[in-house]
Amino acid sequence: MTITRKQFLMFAAASLAGAAGAKVVSGAEVVRQIGKNDGKRWAMAVDFQKCRWDQGCTQCSAACNRTHNVPDIPNKAQEVKWIWKEKYQTVFRQESEVVNPALTSHPLSLLCNHCSKPACTKVCPTGATWKREEDGVVMMDWHRCIGCRYCMAACPYGSRSFNFVDPRPYVANVNPEFPTRTRGVVEKCNFCEERLAKGQMPVCVENCSERALTFGDQNDANSDIRRLLASRYAIQRQPELGTGPAIYYLI
Amino acid sequence: MRDRILIFGGVAIFLVLFTYPVWHARAASTRANPPKLQLPADAKECVAPISSMRAAHMQLLIDWRENAVRNGVRRVHASNGKGYDASLTRTCLGCHSRSEFCDKCHSYSGVSTPSCWQCHNESKLISGRAQ
Repeated sequence: MTITRKQFLMFAAASLAGAAGAKVVSGAEVVRQIGKNDGKRWAMAVDFQKCRWDQGCTQCSAACNRTHNVPDIPNKAQEVKWIWKEKYQTVFRQESEVVNPALTSHPLSLLCNHCSKPACTKVCPTGATWKREEDGVVMMDWHRCIGCRYCMAACPYGSRSFNFVDPRPYVANVNPEFPTRTRGVVEKCNFCEERLAKGQMPVCVENCSERALTFGDQNDANSDIRRLLASRYAIQRQPELGTGPAIYYLI
Repeated sequence: MRDRILIFGGVAIFLVLFTYPVWHARAASTRANPPKLQLPADAKECVAPISSMRAAHMQLLIDWRENAVRNGVRRVHASNGKGYDASLTRTCLGCHSRSEFCDKCHSYSGVSTPSCWQCHNESKLISGRAQ
């Protein structure tokens, strides 16, 4: 069978049109996917003016450590952290120059940022950590963690800790409702996903008597956190990295 | 073939000695003692029939685990129509004792104890600790 030049061109044009049509369909699929996943987005605001870390208050971290059996390991090189304090200058180096100097000596609460585009989940070789699409919580499956610590290297916020030793001896009173971890596993703040499942607030938020921590759905325009973010000046840690942190600091 | 007697005699003696434990146990009709498992005092039925628990309890635990941790399904509907928390500590150890149930059978069968307990709490141990 011979094919004329005209037939060849018509066939090529028809094929191209077909391929373009297929692309349009898959584009629509992408839009549908985003629409489906664009539900809740849990976020937290830390109010600098109210936080009393500087006066030795540890209500949030103590409650978290108690609830999640976070070990208290004296060796700083091996410590495990879910919510902890750090000096302002250490965290917001560049922003230190422009904010109220009174605040720059104030320590602030750090925890997992539950990023909208988390670097840690991309590098995990076993799928042990992932972002939950329905509410944005960066989850961990300790059963699958092999302790390679790629996620720790990828996280720009130092939010992940490795269990260099068996943590159990360092947990003073084990909360039987929550598992401990084992040696060789990475752990981090889970945004209290076990409490969110029961409709409760994260334990740090609930235990802060100063109400310095506000938790809510940042996709809900009527939520407390959206009102706070609309009315106060808020900064995120290293937003230029494009990770989209869900922890906001109100200064 | 002058050593035929020595060779076959030697092989026969070896076989007799080698299989001694088997035929001696048969002859004396001794049996290994199966473990005496402590059954829960206050519960009459398990989340699945005994036969399927015996055969596939680890698969059930894995299914519960994957669903609870990865899909957020923390409540399971068992074959008896009842609902249970998909929790090793709360549901399984709520009735059974690790040392008197899980460990006894695993050690009798020569199946290594899985690493569950490195992280998961044993309710009884912990209540004992708290006292």
